Amino acid sequence: MTTIDTHPGPAFEHPWAVRFCHWSNAVAMTILTLSGLRIFSAFPSFGSKIPQHDLIEAVPQAVTLGGWLGGALQWHFTFMWIFGIGGGLYLISQLASGHYRTVVFARRDISGVWPMARHYFLFGPKPAATGQYNPLQKLAYTSALLLGTLSLLTGVVMYKPAQLSTLGAVFGGYHGARLVHFLAMCGLLAFIPGHLMMVALHGWDNFTSMLTGWKRRPEYEPQRSER
Amino acid sequence: MTRRELLKLSPLLLLGGFAVPTLRDRLLDAGVAWSDTASAAVFRRDHGAPVFADTDVVPFERFPYNGYDVLEPAIDFDDWALTVGGAVTLAGRYSLDQIRALPKVTQNTRHVCVEGWDAIGRFGGSRLADFLDLVGANPHARFITVTCADDYYESLDMATARQPQSLLCYEMYDRPLDRGHGAPLRLQLPTKLGYKQAKYLTTITVTDVLPARRSYWGDQGYSWYGGL
Repeated sequence: MTTIDTHPGPAFEHPWAVRFCHWSNAVAMTILTLSGLRIFSAFPSFGSKIPQHDLIEAVPQAVTLGGWLGGALQWHFTFMWIFGIGGGLYLISQLASGHYRTVVFARRDISGVWPMARHYFLFGPKPAATGQYNPLQKLAYTSALLLGTLSLLTGVVMYKPAQLSTLGAVFGGYHGARLVHFLAMCGLLAFIPGHLMMVALHGWDNFTSMLTGWKRRPEYEPQRSER
Repeated sequence: MTRRELLKLSPLLLLGGFAVPTLRDRLLDAGVAWSDTASAAVFRRDHGAPVFADTDVVPFERFPYNGYDVLEPAIDFDDWALTVGGAVTLAGRYSLDQIRALPKVTQNTRHVCVEGWDAIGRFGGSRLADFLDLVGANPHARFITVTCADDYYESLDMATARQPQSLLCYEMYDRPLDRGHGAPLRLQLPTKLGYKQAKYLTTITVTDVLPARRSYWGDQGYSWYGGL
């Protein structure tokens, strides 16, 4: 199939809540990652204290925030609220508006993943755009949403392992939650380079749509009913 | 149209406050204070911290010693007594035998350090709640403060102090507390981080007002509440 080159009119892609939460979460996740790495430096291991087997000698100061453990915890305990509120607001607005259907990876998207991956990684033909997001995008965004939810849940369990011991048991208590929390961060970090590269490749119009909501030249026929 | 949509994002500029040094410290202090308030609000005195089977307990040699200064501060064990004051009807000095005479609790609980490590240990002692009743602590008082032989100091909210797993701990692994772990008496609080569980206790004061020096690590930037 060939790409249709006749661009339809502007499309309103991102409602206010999506744009607002995108940027507040981008800030919050950056700060949570940097301060989290400083917190991790205080005990860079997932084993016992005695004997202690560190995974890394020290996380480079340049990718940490807070200066010392106490300072990093202050950033972490402040921005966990901003992340939690931003994430919660996003989920509520997506569910209430039905907009989640454009993002959530569903069974019908499975067959479209390979053609899209072949296009991106092996220079295969570009599949026709059928909606706001292609199947590979949906897979990436849905994974990121799940990882974000997982990092919030395991963070809360680590913060309150006694009060939330029932939820904590799902992740293997304080110890297990700490490991899953770290792995969820790794997963989210893996998402970012691909995300930024795609933003760069798709140009200014695509980037500004996350600021104003409008995309001037969408690659697909916008649904007029949405706005 | 697009400009109006862009302006709707302007509340995000408030996050810029975190880039202004003087404002940043106040915002972060407020963030930690709010987290402490929320932590106290979700605390349930009747919901115990998890307890573990004997087989889950880490061997005594692998239970970490963690001190802020020295592990063996100068203590006259023969003359040791816990000095109790503040909003109590029976202020005075209490010997270890008087504390031991209270019902004994032995529990396998998880010790969580703010650094991120944890260890399940076996602890024995008297309920802090029983001791507060013994000394006639004002039931409406809000806090207790403690001071230690190594000049450490801490304070606790009364809900945690009266939680049934909160111990005046004099035993570990069924033996008298050793010096590095806080002999003769320490706080053992399964619902608090390690730095709240002061060792080498010398005084307990029941109060409604926290002193300026309220928590050794809390005063330096850790959460005062430190609850789990």
